[in-house]
Amino acid sequence: MERRREPFTDTQLLMTITIGIFIAMYAAAMIFLRGGFLRTQQIFDLLNDNAPLIIVACGLTVVMIGGGIDISVGGVTSLVVMSCVLYLNGNGSGPVSLLLALGIGLAFGTLHGLLVSYLEIQPFIVTLAGMFFARGMTTILSVNPQKLTHEGLNALRSVKIEIPWLGYVAKNGNLIPGRIELGVVVALLCVIAVFLLLRFTRLGRNFYALGGNQQSALMLGINVKRTRFMTYLISGLLSGIAGYVFMMHTGAGNATNAAGAEMNAIASSIIGGTLLTGGVGNVIGTFFGTLTLTTIKKIVVTSGLKDPWWQSITTGAMLLFFIVLQSVVLSQRGKRKAR
Amino acid sequence: MTKAARRKRGGAGQLLIPLIAIALLVIFNLIRDPSFFSIEIKTNNTGNTVLAGNLVSIINGASELAILAMGMTLVTAACGGQDISVGAAAAIAGSVFVRIIRGAAPVTGGTVILAFLACCLVAMLFGAFNGMLVAIFRIQPMIATLILYTCGRSIAYWINGGATPTIDTPITGAIGSFIPGIPVPTPVLIVALMALLFTLAFRFTTLGLYTQAVGINQSSARLNGINTTMIKLLSFVILGVCVSVSGSIGVCRLGLINHETLLIDIEMDTILAVAIGGNNLGGGKFKISGSILGAYVIQMLTITLYAMKVSSTDVKAYKAVVIILLVVIGSPVVKRWFARMTGNLRSGRLARTAAKEGV
Repeated sequence: MERRREPFTDTQLLMTITIGIFIAMYAAAMIFLRGGFLRTQQIFDLLNDNAPLIIVACGLTVVMIGGGIDISVGGVTSLVVMSCVLYLNGNGSGPVSLLLALGIGLAFGTLHGLLVSYLEIQPFIVTLAGMFFARGMTTILSVNPQKLTHEGLNALRSVKIEIPWLGYVAKNGNLIPGRIELGVVVALLCVIAVFLLLRFTRLGRNFYALGGNQQSALMLGINVKRTRFMTYLISGLLSGIAGYVFMMHTGAGNATNAAGAEMNAIASSIIGGTLLTGGVGNVIGTFFGTLTLTTIKKIVVTSGLKDPWWQSITTGAMLLFFIVLQSVVLSQRGKRKAR
Repeated sequence: MTKAARRKRGGAGQLLIPLIAIALLVIFNLIRDPSFFSIEIKTNNTGNTVLAGNLVSIINGASELAILAMGMTLVTAACGGQDISVGAAAAIAGSVFVRIIRGAAPVTGGTVILAFLACCLVAMLFGAFNGMLVAIFRIQPMIATLILYTCGRSIAYWINGGATPTIDTPITGAIGSFIPGIPVPTPVLIVALMALLFTLAFRFTTLGLYTQAVGINQSSARLNGINTTMIKLLSFVILGVCVSVSGSIGVCRLGLINHETLLIDIEMDTILAVAIGGNNLGGGKFKISGSILGAYVIQMLTITLYAMKVSSTDVKAYKAVVIILLVVIGSPVVKRWFARMTGNLRSGRLARTAAKEGV
């Protein structure tokens, strides 16, 4: 019996909507706000500022596809930043600091994974405790902001990839090339790596199976516990990387670093079409979700609504729009399928 | 053992974890410093005879958390998810409360009641908004409430025009601390009143039963004639009432409204209280008394850490360790392991008695 192929899977549909809205929004900003939005540097700045958020959101997407949740990502990021800065300021070496960052991330990931998948504790509580622990440890390390004074790393921080043909001509006639920080490259590599993992590896397909229906995943012979463990491990590792990128971007450790990053990352994943119920999601969508979220904040600031509360209110309104849209779209498709 | 007795035993088992936690904390504190639990009778600066001491500050300080935990338990049971916007919604409710109190020239008991009713209505509306997203649009509760979590405190900012106004009236002061002539802190009395209301509601209505039914299996609850949408919506509206009560207490306690810091991060503690109380965060069976005990466990832990001279910013790290220990003890795997151990003992005893009787 020949079955007509669905033109789109749920994941692809939600992702396409997000990308479409992002492009429409950006185009509108270019037409009505002009100014900075006409320069490519605006996009580069968005990426420079939000590279850690993109990385963290990738990890969260993996966990959410597996049907879990990880709200410790912001805390782990800030702990990594603080410990790396303190270690480097005490004459530490650059490569070891990177290992330290990855180690902290992996340690948190391992602990969360063990507690969630092997002891069957609710992920929200485990990662909430993880967040408390990481935030508390950050302030135990230092309550005061710490500036990075390591020379080698500061030299590396100032390295920027310059793209002359995407630059713009300043008022005094000088050409200012487009500047991208190294962190953006790391973030893009993370996105690509997670995309490949989810799409082409057995482990990645297992994540979808696990999130879609745990019982059937078990019946298919998938090692459910190990698969779930891996989602948290990946999220922890990516938080570690995000912490290092954060440090490279700001060059200072602060107890309030990455405050609210977990909710921003969850929001990015949702806007990108990942469902908290698991089994549906795409990391490319998450990437555009992050851009959408940060662009709307930028638009609010640029359009003269400088007070901070405007940002959160528009973000809330946009979340409402996306969430309701997804709900309606999915329920419509569900109805059509049932018929 | 009769079925009812077994069920009763199962119910008590749920309270085991918070009770063990409280017992451990009490023993720990007794060893550390026996004077921790001393209760003094003092005269405070408004001239009331009041109870004071760590124990009183634990029970008093956990009031907002306990009230929120009651409502959260209901939402958790019905929807299988949590409301993460309670802190933001409490800030909105508190702002409305302050605005109305400040609008009235002579603040009488009537004004306070009016202010409370207004903030209750606002909180119920926001609760209904969350509930609508969850019940009608079928959005995961955590995602649906993420919206209000994101923008709630900014809405609170609007209500009072961005300022952090103070309220300094004897009536609100009494709500936040002590009513003249009663040595027990007023918030504790309010918690008792709320607990009584919940108990009465469960005894005389089908609310508890229906909530449980919806949480365990929504479609079978619907087929049995329960309006599942209504029950979910109702749970959020009831949580809204709890939010307005906690918000008002918080405002009265401080005597001012700061939209950024009022009950900050309380949503996480509330969910924790529900979990420590042995309730399944995936919905279904629930026990409100467990959540209330959970709230007191959290507050007791915090006050113990403060008494040990841990700075308020570092408390989180220690709290996390204790929480992990608690949930590990309460985790299904460890529970099963325990059950197997005790089961072995019991079956061994049965075999022995059987052998003795010569069967």
